[in-house]
Parts: sequence; C-alpha cells; structure tokens
Amino acid sequence: MTELDLKIKDEFPVLKNRNIVYLDNAATSQKPKSVIDAVKRYYEYDNANPMRGLYELSIDATKDYEKARQTVADFIHAKKKEEIVFTRNATESLNLIAYSYGMHFLRNGDEIIISIMEHHSNLLPWQIVAKNTGAVVKYLECNEEGEIFPEQLEKMMTKRTRMVCLTQISNLFGRENDIKAFAEVAHRHGAVFVCDGAQSVPHIPVDVQDLDVDFLAFSGHKMYGPMGIGALYGKEELLEQMPPFLYGGEMIEYVTRCGATYAQVPHKFEAGTVNAGGAVGLAEAISFINSYGFDIITQREDELTKLAFTEMQSIPHVEIIGSKDYKEHHGIITFVVEGVHPHDVATIFDAHHVAVRAGHHCVQPLHTHLHKMSTTRMSLGFYNNEEDVTAFLEVLKGLRKEMGYGE
Amino acid sequence: MANNTFYNEILTEHNIHPTHKHEIEGANFTLEGVNPSCGDDIILSLKVEDDVITDGAYVGDGCAVSQASADMMLDLVIGRTKEEALRLSDIFLRMIKGEITEEEHEELEEAGILQDVSHMPARVKCAVLGWHTMEEMLREGKTGITGTEGF
Ligand SMILES: Cc1ncc(COP(=O)(O)O)c(C=O)c1O
Repeated sequence: MTELDLKIKDEFPVLKNRNIVYLDNAATSQKPKSVIDAVKRYYEYDNANPMRGLYELSIDATKDYEKARQTVADFIHAKKKEEIVFTRNATESLNLIAYSYGMHFLRNGDEIIISIMEHHSNLLPWQIVAKNTGAVVKYLECNEEGEIFPEQLEKMMTKRTRMVCLTQISNLFGRENDIKAFAEVAHRHGAVFVCDGAQSVPHIPVDVQDLDVDFLAFSGHKMYGPMGIGALYGKEELLEQMPPFLYGGEMIEYVTRCGATYAQVPHKFEAGTVNAGGAVGLAEAISFINSYGFDIITQREDELTKLAFTEMQSIPHVEIIGSKDYKEHHGIITFVVEGVHPHDVATIFDAHHVAVRAGHHCVQPLHTHLHKMSTTRMSLGFYNNEEDVTAFLEVLKGLRKEMGYGE
Repeated sequence: MANNTFYNEILTEHNIHPTHKHEIEGANFTLEGVNPSCGDDIILSLKVEDDVITDGAYVGDGCAVSQASADMMLDLVIGRTKEEALRLSDIFLRMIKGEITEEEHEELEEAGILQDVSHMPARVKCAVLGWHTMEEMLREGKTGITGTEGF
C-alpha cells in the first residue's frame, strides 16, 4: 500500500467503521469526511430557505447554494452557472429533458436515437416521450466489446432524427464512447445531443464545451457527494426555450389568478424548496476530487483495474464482459462465473465482506442483447487499493469450490 | 479458503446434482414461477392422486438458492398428502420470516438449512419461489406456464 492509498482511504469514515472491501462504486461512492462535514456545517451555520428570506441567514444560504452552482459549472466547464440546474440525480435530470424538451418539441414520426447500452434512466424517459408524441426510438447496437461507432450513427440519422441520447461511460462495460464525435454527427444532422454522464463525471475530466453536448446529466452520489443532489447541464439557449418541468414555488416571476410568468433559468426548473445542503456537499465533493486531480484519479483507477483485470483473465470459468483491454474499463469489470448464478456470486462475496453488485444493473435490454440473464460487477474508486483487489481476487478464485464444484 | 458461507454441501449438492430436476409423465399440475427481478424461473409439476402427491419434478434456471430449495421441497413433499405439503410449506415460509420453533424446523429436514435466508432479505424471493408456486397450485388449483410471479 502506498502512502497515497493510506491517506485517501482514511478520509472515508465508512471504510473505517465497517469491515468491508467496497467495490460497488458504480452504484454509489462512499463519502469523504470533508463532504459529510460540509453538509453538517451548512446545517449548523447557514441553514434557511434559500432565495426566499430577506434576512441575513437566508441570504447566506442563498450564497452557499449559488456558489455551489458555480463550482459545478466550473467543474464541467460550462460557460456560466445559469446553465446548471440542480436536480436529485441523473435520472431526474434526464426526465427533465424528456418531459420539458421531448414532450414539447417532438412530433409524430420524429426519431430519437439511443444506444442499446443505455441505463434504464436514459431509456425509459425516451420510450415515454415516444409513446406520448408518436416519435420512435431507434437503437444503436453495440458489438461484444461494447463498442459503438459514430459511422453507425451517421447511417441511422434521417431528416426526422431530433434527438440523440448516449452515455459517456457504460455502467456495464466501463467503456468510454467518443461523445465528441457522436455529438458532431448529431449536430450536423440538426439533432440535439444528450449525454448521460453518471459514470463519466466522477472518473474522467468532462468539458461540455469541448464535447459540445447540448445536455449533460449526472449524480452527486456517484462522485463522493451526498445522495439526493444531482445536476443537469443545458446550453442556455435551449434551457430558455424549454417550458418548466415542475410547477410551484420559487420558479415564477408573477402569478395571477389565471396564470404566471416564469423565473429565469435555471430557477424555472427548480420548483419548490431546493436541496441547498446537498448542493454544498456536492461542491465539497468537487473540491475533494480537485484536491487530487484527475491525473492521479485516473492513474490509480487504471492501475487497480489492470491488476484485477489481468488476474481475472487467468482464472478458469470466469468470463469478462466487454473489452479485452483493461484500459477500456475505467474501473468497471463485469463478469460471469460459469455454473454460478450472479446472485450466488454476490452472496459469497458478501460472506467474505466484499461488496459487489449482481443483477441486470438497470441495463436489461443490454443483457438481452448480450444473451445474458444477469451478471456480476465490481467497480473501483480511486480510494480502493491493491489489498482490496487482492481480497476480491481471492474470493473469486475460490468461488466455484465454495459452490461445490470440485476444483 | 474456509467454506464459511451458507452454501454448505447439502445446498450445493441439490444445486449441482438435483434429484428432481427433470420432466415427468402424467403430471396433473404444472405451474411456472418467476422472479422477474433476478430471473429465477422454475416450472413445477406435480402428480396428485387421491390427494396424495405421488410424483413431482421441476425444470428451470436460476440461482442455487431457488433451484436447491425447489429440489429439497420435492424431497420433502413427494409421498405426502396435499394437506401435509401445505402445512410444511407454511412452516417453511414462516422459517424464512424467522418465526418457527425448533420442532417445526426439524420437520423441514434438509430444507431447514435455508433458515439463514431469514437474515438475507435479498435472497428471500429465491428461497420461497418453489414453495410459493406449489402453494398456488395446491391451494388455488392454478396451473399454467408463464404468468405467475413469485412475490
Ligand atoms: C450510466 C448511468 N446512467 C444513469 C444512472 C442513474 O443514476 P441515479 O440513480 O443516480 O439517477 C446510473 C446509475 O445508476 C448510471 O450508471
């Protein structure tokens, strides 16, 4: 274990308080003490209803909240903080686009292109938009390695294609899609491009201006932040055209007996009392990431992925899903063990205090596409270390034996 | 590595070398049970003559818990009356909720090894799939393939 490992791990209270090797970071990450403290500090010193009160405490709460918005904007290189809408999570962000943009601007016969590897959160909202507007959802199919290509998208684009919605990093393959190239194809054909950044924003630098995506959705809880806070980035001109998604307090200018005019973006999308404590926590999580920097983060995650991956390749009866190159996995290794159901796999890992996830990981159409009922996934964070990987590998090696296979 | 999980020899044997995983002739009840969230799927068949379960079998896919549980259930109920089978099923389902006596536990014979599932909420559905399917058959006379979902 390097000194760096010791230092990082020590910042996560759960990892000290519980005897666990935590390898389910793609589901949610653990939270460093600095984030927990920042949320606590907000509630102990600054809490009031932001944007509403005309007194000092509420003004401070508002400042905290808007400062957090700026931090998020800077982190993903948005032009200005008004392009950041706070939501509960990536799922809500994607639904916001679907309900506000999709439902209002799509027409019968329009097309939405998504990939077969999309998380249900970037799939069901589009199915619902299609059902309600008469639009159709078309699927970009991936190969066994988990690849999709811009040329494929190029061939699928028609005059009726209005939206293209893709994940940047797949939560099953761990593979990164070339979002910049896909967005370029979409734009050239006049479509809007939606990027699901739930798995990418925590692990790689994301620059919305360089990628030129129209929307980016992500969750705070997968990037060391609290649960219940997430964000939607949208280009200002698009957000301005879009009608509100939820109606109520805080999102209006004037309300009369027969109608209302709505507040400016982003407030028109943030109806009701906001999650200021969560936003402060998310901003602190970003500071935490920045204090190490993505160079260290990606280097650590790659090293650990390589260690796990190369060993796993030599374990009999273990099949890794997706690319044969560890570099394409970004800390996510999904696998099956021949003869052992993924739920049994996860239960055995649990008995050895190793947390991995089993099931369809909210990508059921992708499992069908790959002819698998379900799989097991281990997913690393940069606070994991070699010992964690070794513990994981030990259990994996003995797993078939524990299930009664004689070898 | 010591085998300190609840996957003991009895469970793994019933999973890898099941006694009753095959088709049978002359079944008068056949019902499919499915856990859609995890993909456990069994088709249970029973031959009931004069209220006595004279034969039974299952086919299907799923985790070791769901498959072994169905196999152990059939070991227990073949040769018993419908009423007896339902009584044992009731004991089994209560065991999974952690509500049985020592004597009742013994009546379940090998199926009693699944007692630990009462501490594993994620695995309850797997353990009860076969039993639940049998109950629906015997109690409500349900029969058919595709339709029934485990709870
Ligand atoms: C690729 C991807 N998109 C979207 C989501 C949804 O995230 P959340 O549940 O935080 O809304 C997840 C995580 O589960 C994900 O992995």
